[in-house]
Amino acid sequence: MSSVNPVLEKQAVQKQVKVYLIVFGALAVLTLVTVLASYLDVTIGPAIAIALAIASVKGSLVALVFMHLSHEQKAIYWLLLLTAIFFLVLMILPSGTVANGTAIG
Amino acid sequence: MEIPYTVEARPDTGLYNAKFGIWLFLASEVMLFGALFSSLILLRTGAESWPNAQEILNIPLATLNTMVLIGSSVTMVMSWASLKLGRFDRYRLWMGLTILCALGFMVIKAIEYNSKFGHHLYPSTNNFLAIYFTMTGLHALHVIGGLIVNGYLWGPGAKMWKKEPERFTNRVEVAGLYWHFVDLVWIFLFPTLYLL
Repeated sequence: MSSVNPVLEKQAVQKQVKVYLIVFGALAVLTLVTVLASYLDVTIGPAIAIALAIASVKGSLVALVFMHLSHEQKAIYWLLLLTAIFFLVLMILPSGTVANGTAIG
Repeated sequence: MEIPYTVEARPDTGLYNAKFGIWLFLASEVMLFGALFSSLILLRTGAESWPNAQEILNIPLATLNTMVLIGSSVTMVMSWASLKLGRFDRYRLWMGLTILCALGFMVIKAIEYNSKFGHHLYPSTNNFLAIYFTMTGLHALHVIGGLIVNGYLWGPGAKMWKKEPERFTNRVEVAGLYWHFVDLVWIFLFPTLYLL
């Protein structure tokens, strides 16, 4: 059974509810910012950087607040670290292929 | 036989089993979608020319769908919070809204797909549309999966609340983690496919 005081836990959840609503507002605003930023007259490099930066902020908010990663057990963090390493390898792999000039035309 | 660690945390992980299990599943899902994002990079950087997505896809409709999915994420977490506060009536309301948002997302996606087919734009038309339909189609399948689970937890599965409230709350939390992941994937799909 949980060793957390149920009264304290309820108070903590009530505080969290306010945070959830603030994060919802932030995500909605950032979605509009993403769309507006896509109309900026910039080359593809900065456009990708801007779009992915905003998406990363949005993704972090979802993961940290909605998925409770801001206060999770160590086992989850280790699991996600391993996942992130393999994910990065997946993302870097095609760059190497392109550098060798063997990409699909 | 009783299933162990449905409510209490395992001493070694510090988590109840279903929570650790869903995170392992989500890690495999990161690799699944990661492979497709990797394919997108390969196709795009290797192509001599790439279509302007904003001329082919409906940005206002996709923006609306993004809002709907973000909205469903907040209603999902509110349904879990309601159970934590002992408010089953509120849970039913928030979970019901989550299901409605998911249905709304699928309707908008169907309108979008229908419009593409109406203009004779198919996955076989070009590499951009092939990867667009593959990634958004796989994502839509995940939304349908979430709809089924959430529908069960809203309807027949909710009976568990009376006998085992903590276990039911954990089930909703696990379903929520999956649902937020589906939202998270869309947050990256939207700009990469529609806006760049």
